[in-house]
Amino acid sequence: MSAIDQLFTQLRSSGRKAFMPFVTAGDPDLEFTARVLRQLVDSGASICEVGIPYSDPIADGPVIQASYTRALDRGVAVRDIFKTLSKTTPTLAAPVVTMVSYAIVYRYGLAAYVEEAQEAGVAGAIVPDLPVEEAGELAEICRAADFSLIQLVTPTTPRERAVRIAESSSGFLYYVSVTGITGERTELPSDLVDNVAWLRGRTDLPICIGFGISRPEHARLLAPVADGLIVGSAIVRRIAEVAEKSPDDVLREVGEMTVEMVAAMNE
Amino acid sequence: MSPVNENPVNEFPDAAGRFGPFGGRYVPETLTAALDQLTAQYEAALGDTAFQDELNQLLRDFVGRPSPLYFARRLSEKCGGAKIYLKREDLNHTGAHKINNTLGQALLTRRMGKRRVIAETGAGQHGVATATACANFGLECIVYMGEEDIRRQAPNVFSMKLLGAEVRPVSTGARTLRDAINEAMREWMSSVETTHYILGSVVGPSPFPRIVRDFQSVIGRETIEQCRDQIGRLPDLLVACVGGGSNAAGMFHPFVEHAEVAMVGVEAGGRSAAPGEHAAPLSYGRPGVLHGSFSYVMQDDDGQTSDVHSISAGLDYPGVGPEHSYWKSTGRVEYTSCDDARAMQAFDTLARTEGIIPALESSHALAQAMDLAAQRSEEDVIVVCLSGRGDKDAAEVGRLREEAN
Repeated sequence: MSAIDQLFTQLRSSGRKAFMPFVTAGDPDLEFTARVLRQLVDSGASICEVGIPYSDPIADGPVIQASYTRALDRGVAVRDIFKTLSKTTPTLAAPVVTMVSYAIVYRYGLAAYVEEAQEAGVAGAIVPDLPVEEAGELAEICRAADFSLIQLVTPTTPRERAVRIAESSSGFLYYVSVTGITGERTELPSDLVDNVAWLRGRTDLPICIGFGISRPEHARLLAPVADGLIVGSAIVRRIAEVAEKSPDDVLREVGEMTVEMVAAMNE
Repeated sequence: MSPVNENPVNEFPDAAGRFGPFGGRYVPETLTAALDQLTAQYEAALGDTAFQDELNQLLRDFVGRPSPLYFARRLSEKCGGAKIYLKREDLNHTGAHKINNTLGQALLTRRMGKRRVIAETGAGQHGVATATACANFGLECIVYMGEEDIRRQAPNVFSMKLLGAEVRPVSTGARTLRDAINEAMREWMSSVETTHYILGSVVGPSPFPRIVRDFQSVIGRETIEQCRDQIGRLPDLLVACVGGGSNAAGMFHPFVEHAEVAMVGVEAGGRSAAPGEHAAPLSYGRPGVLHGSFSYVMQDDDGQTSDVHSISAGLDYPGVGPEHSYWKSTGRVEYTSCDDARAMQAFDTLARTEGIIPALESSHALAQAMDLAAQRSEEDVIVVCLSGRGDKDAAEVGRLREEAN
């Protein structure tokens, strides 16, 4: 049983939901990434998603794109990210997963990526540009290593395909709330709750909803049908303010937002 | 003649969109349904004679096909070797081969019941060809173009607007073709249910590399017929420029089975062979993933896409179509590169010896063909795919000359 499986078993038995913040590794530097991960977990995050910066992220909106560019401009490399995570993850009371483009995993080497991520204390990977048809080789390596490979379902995914994706996903299923790229939305699609509820009836895998989520009212709406919620751009946008604010102020704000979201999800 | 290739089952790509190990579909799940729909509609269109008749008629009456195969006598004499023939894609409506693909995909757009089109463009030729097809079909058209390319290919920006398209400047990255594709794909992530993305080259996720190749293969099929008519046999050598590689794929594909015909693809050698100074992934890159497909690419050790350079906006791209990677791996096509300076010389030479101003993209193929002609006997025949005309480049070439003086 992987760390993520254990987490959701625990959460389900206590009737609680997972808050899963996303941060970009190396934005503005790896030292800050380590600090912000500790802050997030101390404030109630159940699991953290760490974005590996990529030069051509087509599923990401302007906020996350800009964070990737900032990190890459400073020369952050995958090996340095793993080095930082290997020091940080043992101090965190929550699993960490990486969000990483297949372009990076392929270049790194599939087995090497999984092995080194695991050595750094990482529990799984979300590979947003690796649809289920192309995922076979990586899925096999992940399965053998008990490393979760989290697959995505979107509003454009036909229902029978969604069930098939759920069957091949491990850790949890990432339900993308909107047809589009990452970024904060005021309103979420009206049929989102129904669609997640439908899939909920067809898989035991935990379902976490991401893309567009940033507000406590989103959390109240979605928490009843989901096992967890993922918030990316709203966090990354606050971290970007470190250019003008003191790091301590930014950490405090990110922590406050986490506390607020966790409370709204578990009302 | 059939306008699209009736892909026999034993031929690439396979059902997973692979050319040998290359190709595939590395895109977010959001796009999968639309790519599946496109694949299904394209398969249906292959067997639909009404679709093929309509495309044939458009290619004949709207584009002006077949494009001539022209013997460049003075150019051949100047090189002093093989006879050089030019496949005159520059004489197509809109001035390049790009229209062959955009009309085919506009027909597919209509077939899918979509009313809105997005596209990326580098040199602007694909943007103009997309805007033209959309005007002809009454489709809404939005073209993403890097700010650097908007600057260096200004005449095409003006044309796109005249044709009713909206040109959206892209200010990320190096502000060239790669960034324009990123932005077009991001927009498609949101609009995929109502919008077709007319990708302009043999790159991207399956089924684009096959669809674009098939629509461009009219170039090679006509060349086969014209060579038989004019010289009574097939040529000895084909030369075409390769950015993403659509004109080359269209020229080469019908010749692949004719083993006696040698083929050379010419990438952009830029300023030098140093990293970042060229745009020649088949010459200097390695296999990796970019823009939804597994193919040769310029990447660093972490899989981050490298910056590239070419004087020619249409070749200024770090990736290349997966079928070219396959042809490289089997040795069926030889790939080489031509630097900015040689391309500029060929640009001048063709203008002055033949009265034809070639696109800077096509000038890379010309330069290589001129060198190869000089090494061959007068009995040999070389066909160069003159993929586009150079009006769009005249001002930029003038500016570069002034800068150099």
